[in-house]
Amino acid sequence: MESSKVIQAIYNDDDVLLSAVKKVKSEKHHIEEIYTPFPVHGLDKAMGLAPTRIAITSFMYGCVGLTVSILMMNYIMIEDWPQDIGGKPSFSYLENMPAFVPIMFEMTVFFAAHLMVITFYLRSRMWPFKNAENPDPRTTDDHFLMEIPVNGNENEVKKLLKETGAVEINLVDKDH
Amino acid sequence: MYTFSNRLKIGSIILIVAGLLMVTYGFMNSHKSLEDVKIMLAEEASAHGGGHGDAHAETATHDEGHEEISGHGESESHAGEEAGHGDEHAEHVMHQIHNRPWAALYVAAFFFMMISLGVLAFYAVQWASQAGWSPVLFRVMEAITYYLLPGAIIVVGIALVAGDHIFVWMNPEMTNPESPEYDALVDGKSSWLNLKGFVIRAIIFIGGWSFYRYISRKLSLAQDQSSDNKNFVKAFRWAAGFLVFYIYTSSMMSWDWIMSVDPHWFSTLFGWYVFASMFVSGITTIALISIYLKSKGYLEFVNDSHLHDLAKFMFGISIFWTYLWFSQFMLIWYANIPEEVTYFVTRIEDYKLPFFGMLAMNFIFPLLLLMNSDYKRIPWFVVMAGLVILVGHYVDVFNMIMPATVGDRWYIGIPEIGSVLLFLGLFIFLVFTALSKVPLLAKRNPFMKESEQFHY
Repeated sequence: MESSKVIQAIYNDDDVLLSAVKKVKSEKHHIEEIYTPFPVHGLDKAMGLAPTRIAITSFMYGCVGLTVSILMMNYIMIEDWPQDIGGKPSFSYLENMPAFVPIMFEMTVFFAAHLMVITFYLRSRMWPFKNAENPDPRTTDDHFLMEIPVNGNENEVKKLLKETGAVEINLVDKDH
Repeated sequence: MYTFSNRLKIGSIILIVAGLLMVTYGFMNSHKSLEDVKIMLAEEASAHGGGHGDAHAETATHDEGHEEISGHGESESHAGEEAGHGDEHAEHVMHQIHNRPWAALYVAAFFFMMISLGVLAFYAVQWASQAGWSPVLFRVMEAITYYLLPGAIIVVGIALVAGDHIFVWMNPEMTNPESPEYDALVDGKSSWLNLKGFVIRAIIFIGGWSFYRYISRKLSLAQDQSSDNKNFVKAFRWAAGFLVFYIYTSSMMSWDWIMSVDPHWFSTLFGWYVFASMFVSGITTIALISIYLKSKGYLEFVNDSHLHDLAKFMFGISIFWTYLWFSQFMLIWYANIPEEVTYFVTRIEDYKLPFFGMLAMNFIFPLLLLMNSDYKRIPWFVVMAGLVILVGHYVDVFNMIMPATVGDRWYIGIPEIGSVLLFLGLFIFLVFTALSKVPLLAKRNPFMKESEQFHY
């Protein structure tokens, strides 16, 4: 392993963290990861992360849900067991479509929501019985942690982080 | 300060004049006598190519629809009478042809009044909720609501002058038990649907809305000059009170001014459905006028996040409109009760294109065009989507009024386009006059700083 050493700087305020991120980025240092107890507005933009594509997956899952609901209702109510409800014999999907719209809507939402959440967990590498990657338990309470890999510029980075208002700076050997 | 450019002013006057000419032409052209109509019907029947049987069958189906829908007081027995049948049908068609310019004028007048009323409600919501993002747009909203008083008076004026050309229940014969045109259902509703009540309610509606409009504008302007927030607090209270008044009156207004064109039919959801229509049209108009002003170099404090929020509202309320439209449609379709379902039967049979076209324009277009978050910040994209939404909601009003007044004799022709141009011109003239009266920034609003720095 080449560079397994990282500097972990801990902050205790999200505004301080946000300005620190901007400073570190402007000094052209790479930020490996940031751990926060709650979502910090604008952090992704400051870190220069690519915009999320989860909305696109959500749209696709919604389309899948819509298709599934149409096929399902067509099989249940038209092909397999047509029923005469309110004088409307179910021999044509299109003619009975208004009755199926609530189902089509619900299935679209159901698929989009659930599959989007599952996708999010998988993409974030979170699954049952997985050990937390979280380096410091305080980041689940009230502290913010920024992780910067070091390539021999340890002192320079430490000095910079001190200036940005970090309350604690540790050099950690990450064994992969 | 915005100055009303001469080009726009002349443009709006040209629209008014052209509209007036076309409306006049529409009225002159609609004076068809019974003989003319008979000749026209005969020509149509032969042009259809079918034999006598076909043409006759068609006439019969029309009559079934008209009996329920327009309720021109025809007796139920007429379907059986073979001899007088042709004459009666021709007379009916003649009435529909006479109604058309009135109905076209009314649809356009209502549509522009509805935009203004929707904006007034949106404006009151902003005050009542103490929204932080929107104060930069307050002057645009106030200017649009300037059209409300003249617009609403015009709507009621047309309704009263047109009388039973649009509202069949205004024909006194319908509540007279001696008359052959007596209609028991209309008579039963006459404690609400009578001319005196109609006028009194209209005065209450218009008076209440205009009063709130006047007082909120006054407080908003006074806030600019003051050194404390007293005016703001007062405006907040008035807005909350107005919203309660608006919830009731907007719903009753839709019964009076729209639903009563079909006096046999009713829907308990109708008020909300019309509300959704006016709300989305109003928000769209705010977005369009803001984009226009920004393109002319005004409203420099409006950024693309404000546009984004307006587009989100356009998207959301379009879906809300569809939800209400479908809730109304599905229950009636499912229950299939004759007196209710005729409303949609005529629309699907005689108005297939506007009926389904409106659904596409008001639901599918905004859904697909405005779904992507980035597109909501691109002005020309919002303008395109906005125009589709506005046309869609014009057609929505068209579908509410026309089937009851002109039946299957509808067409988007000179009377309809002329009416739209006339009221569009008037709307532009009044709104931009109001815009040019005061500075475009409500500078002392306590949320102004938040609004100017608003970002998504």
